[in-house]
Amino acid sequence: MSTVKMTVNGKAVAVDVEDRTLLVQLLRDHLNLTGTHVGCDTSQCGACVVHMDGRAVKSCTMLAGQADGASITTIEGIAKGDELHPMQAAFRDNHGLQCGYCTPGMIMSAIDIVHRHGGQLDEATVRTELEGNICRCTGYHNIVKAVLDAAGRMKVSQAAE
Amino acid sequence: MYQTTYHRASSVDEAASLFAKGSESKFLAGGQTLLPVMKQRLASPSDVIDLGRIKELQGVELSGDTLTIKAGTIYYDIMTNADVKKAIPAIAHLTSVLGDPAVRYRGTIGGSIANNDPAADFPAALLALGATVKTNKRSISAEDFFQGLFTTALEDGEIITAVSFPVPAKAGYEKMRHPASRFALTGVFVAQTKSGEVRVAATGASQSGVMRVPAIEAALKANWSPSAIDGVSISASGLLADIHGTAEYRANLVKVMAQRAVAAAG
Amino acid sequence: MGVEGIGASVVRKEDKRFITGKGRYVDDIKLLGMTHAHFIRSPHAHAKVKGIDSSAALKMPGVVAVLTGQQIVDDKVGNLICGWAITSKDGSPMKMGAWPAMAPETVRFVGQAVAVVIAETKNLARDAAEAVVVNYEELPAVADVHAAIKSGAPQLHPEAPGNQVYDWVIGDEGATDAAFSKAANVVKLDVTNNRLAPNAMEPRAAIADYDAAEEHFTLYTTSQNPHVARLVLSAFYNIAPEHKLRVIAPDVGGGFGSKIFIYPEEMVALWASKKVGRPVKWTGDRTEAFLTDAHGRDHVTHAEMAFDAQNKILGLKVKTYANFGAYMSLFSSSVPTYLYATLLSGQYNIPAIHAEVIGVYTNTTPVDAYRGAGRPEASYLIERLMETAARQLKVDPAQLRRSNFITQFPHQTPVIMAYDIGDFNASLDAAMKAIDYAGFPARKAKAKADGKLRGIGLSCYIEACGIAPSKAVGSLGAGVGLWESAEVRVNPVGTIEILTGSHSHGQGHETTFCQLVAERLGVPISQVSIVHGDTDKVQFGMGTYGSRSAAVGLTAILKAMEKMESKAKKIAAHALEASEADIVIENGEFKVTGTDKAIALPMVALAAYTAHNLPDGMEPGLKESAFYDPTNFTFPAGTYICELEVDSGTGKTSFVNFVAADDFGRLINPMIVEGQVHGGLVQGIGQALLEHAIYDASGQPVTASFMDYAMPRADDVPSFNLSHTTTLCPGNPLGIKGCGEAGAIGASAAVINAITDAIGTNNLEMPATPDRVWRTIHAA
Repeated sequence: MSTVKMTVNGKAVAVDVEDRTLLVQLLRDHLNLTGTHVGCDTSQCGACVVHMDGRAVKSCTMLAGQADGASITTIEGIAKGDELHPMQAAFRDNHGLQCGYCTPGMIMSAIDIVHRHGGQLDEATVRTELEGNICRCTGYHNIVKAVLDAAGRMKVSQAAE
Repeated sequence: MYQTTYHRASSVDEAASLFAKGSESKFLAGGQTLLPVMKQRLASPSDVIDLGRIKELQGVELSGDTLTIKAGTIYYDIMTNADVKKAIPAIAHLTSVLGDPAVRYRGTIGGSIANNDPAADFPAALLALGATVKTNKRSISAEDFFQGLFTTALEDGEIITAVSFPVPAKAGYEKMRHPASRFALTGVFVAQTKSGEVRVAATGASQSGVMRVPAIEAALKANWSPSAIDGVSISASGLLADIHGTAEYRANLVKVMAQRAVAAAG
Repeated sequence: MGVEGIGASVVRKEDKRFITGKGRYVDDIKLLGMTHAHFIRSPHAHAKVKGIDSSAALKMPGVVAVLTGQQIVDDKVGNLICGWAITSKDGSPMKMGAWPAMAPETVRFVGQAVAVVIAETKNLARDAAEAVVVNYEELPAVADVHAAIKSGAPQLHPEAPGNQVYDWVIGDEGATDAAFSKAANVVKLDVTNNRLAPNAMEPRAAIADYDAAEEHFTLYTTSQNPHVARLVLSAFYNIAPEHKLRVIAPDVGGGFGSKIFIYPEEMVALWASKKVGRPVKWTGDRTEAFLTDAHGRDHVTHAEMAFDAQNKILGLKVKTYANFGAYMSLFSSSVPTYLYATLLSGQYNIPAIHAEVIGVYTNTTPVDAYRGAGRPEASYLIERLMETAARQLKVDPAQLRRSNFITQFPHQTPVIMAYDIGDFNASLDAAMKAIDYAGFPARKAKAKADGKLRGIGLSCYIEACGIAPSKAVGSLGAGVGLWESAEVRVNPVGTIEILTGSHSHGQGHETTFCQLVAERLGVPISQVSIVHGDTDKVQFGMGTYGSRSAAVGLTAILKAMEKMESKAKKIAAHALEASEADIVIENGEFKVTGTDKAIALPMVALAAYTAHNLPDGMEPGLKESAFYDPTNFTFPAGTYICELEVDSGTGKTSFVNFVAADDFGRLINPMIVEGQVHGGLVQGIGQALLEHAIYDASGQPVTASFMDYAMPRADDVPSFNLSHTTTLCPGNPLGIKGCGEAGAIGASAAVINAITDAIGTNNLEMPATPDRVWRTIHAA
């Protein structure tokens, strides 16, 4: 057992876990942050994507201990109170989700895509960048639309800040 | 995952000493291969030594005609590094098509080559560019380093610290992705050294792991152009075959990817 | 249509919880004292279980129990059932072997459970599972249908000699033979419809909680039809009587058919929770999903189509071998028979059809309904045949289809189905226009000049949805009725709850069902809630599959609404001292037509519940329910056209354009309908290009993870160009046909027809992987 200390969605936490605990298990089982999902065993589906120190990583492919000292943001931590993150709003407005299971990982990956590419996004780039996130419901069509839409909204909201 | 004990090392020396204390220790770099294997209970290290926060293993240096990438540098930092893009853009390209964005934030060059997956991308770059693998004990040429499937020259407890690449005159990398795993179904790295030597390495193709492709090297030595490879015949013998690609298909891909890599290299 | 009424693309009410991480899936639920199950599964495709030694495992930390197949049999938990009886052509009933929830004696596919470890945590259960020693005696195994029916093949079940479940026929053989004898041309085709793994992104999970004092079970499960689960668990598996079993299907992360069935893991969790006296949770991982979720498709077919000299179809003969895997799953028997062969007429006038379907056991994961269920196999076969015919007869494939279209409705096909309405020319025209079909030859020529192989492929699909008229399916062997139920509760403050037996696991019912209420009452959808997925809340229901929730489930809601409105109008008329016949409902008010007299819905509701001043003899309250049984199937149809390029160097396919023109009847929410089409198209494209669940000859699965089974990623597929042509379904009052499966049914043939057009070779099996396409190009 080890004590893992980190910041999760802005709050400092310290959790005693077995060393074999994955970051996603710490989030779901110990912190009850069940928005982060597990959809595969081989690090491919991306349902578990969270941000660690601002970068989108697969929380199923990290030991909790590797995140000790880091700042973690999950799907539960991106809205500002009742104000949705522009990516969340874009997924809703563009019908970028159906069953909702892949959605948290998609949104967390998509925010990172926009951060990295800024205004340089086009459909082909979004499709390539979504390689690590699998969705079975939407056929990706509306997810791609949502990410492109959000890229515009995020530019606007950054400019406003 | 089986029970294990996690250690975070702050220096290469500390990592080596932690490793020696465990009964069946394993080094953990980005963990993008080791952790999936541990999750499937196909590996059961007693101790996991995390190299991820060791400062001396991070970074890229360009010095004269040598590009050195420290072993713990993550793919994302490699593909976006100005020196890499300037000196060997083919490495930046290779890294940008390796794994997916989340993997590129965690995976490291050292972790990739230490694992030596027969479908990994980086071994092809090292072999084609004639790179040198630096460890905490010695320097090993890429030729000597890769010793077949998942096998390297590394000794127990030896830690890769950096990879040094001679900057080539031209280089290119193209791969056909495995439709499911997105590893290389076959990838080919072509390089022309500043002294005019041509080296070509293929990954994902051979049953023995990353390999040089002498027939294509000879053709390109005579004429550095995609069409020079038209007449080359690649034998399917000894190549991998699975549900996603027969040996004959992979033989074809070695040739086609080499042609496209030459075109990309210019 | 109001801004939130029928036909409006309203954003989904349910989305907020999903985009903020507040969805509540089974694995998100924790109960006090909950234990965790890990199943011990056979590594062999066929073996005798000679013994299970759990003594070491029982000593491991945190282990609560190790339970075996023999124990579940001893406790008289029922074997899994197949709910649709099929009769062979010789009149004999289908031949089935027993399927116990955990195998006491014989395992017949890799992944079949033999025992379960219950422990304090998931990790501890898995740790202990490795200490359970199972002694197997391996038996010869068979995975391929053709191998399985050969004499001397390993036999799976003594009840089914020759591994044959049934040999079923449909249509008039004599008439078909006669048609072929007059043929000017006969087109022949052999096709394999590749086995698929459904891969809903949420793996299956179950939590069972037994209350000993009340002798009552609660089951949280990943189900598309919780009431059907309760019925089967109660009536056939002897878990508990229905009033002592509550089944809750909370948020469910996709189903695609795979979550219709009641699986061994739910049965074992329920049984085990009583055994250990604590809640038991099981959450599958992706590998378990590959091994145990019912697979889809897996047909091998030979077909022949006869044409006269004017290229009119005279007849169709089909012989299909359907691989059922090792056991007959819940609705498996109906998939290659009544859901497949009844659609073999496609969109065409075919005077005579005869089809034979042979169901076969193999040592593989059981096969059952997966998005489309039988209809994709029929559509793929017919549309590949039409394309093959066009090439053989040297006519334009669009023209060949058009000249054989059914244009008069209703139309009785030779294979049971009576198509009620459609306009196949309209959807073909719309799709051809959208893709500029006329301009294709010039585009192909230009691509050729650039060294590219370009192809175009059509697929004119039809499907039977709105499943189904209970009497009709009952006469065909179904063990259940396929009606739907609904209840409308108007609360005293005028808010509305709709209780439905349909289950939403991505379809957006929480929005579309509210839109019907908004349309009829003129209230905002924020005043309406949809209640579903809990047998304690909703009286009964048959669940969601077969594109039935709008055509059947929403019609049940409409029927209940009509009853409620009728009563509310009486109350309003009484209050307004007007005639009931003069009351109209507008903007949430009951108005006396032609006057300014009105009473708002909340006041009507309040009057119903205070009951101070109701018409004489009226019961208090404003709550009505209805059961709706459809009168016919519905027949969504359309045309998909795909244009693509093949890289001759690698065999890789790249999409240029993909257009879809669908006729789904009335659309409730076009945005949601289009989302359903996008998802279906990608599943169809996935089958055509990427997906294949493969077994080696010994029955070992080769594709049991996303490392080997190629799921469609965003960069594998294009964006789509959708349009709708509409003929309203006459079979239900809303005119709805259903849209959930169309994409998966129609897309595969369009892709393969386009690739084969590009490479100039007609024979190409799915999935058209780069390797396979490259080999086909270079073999030609």
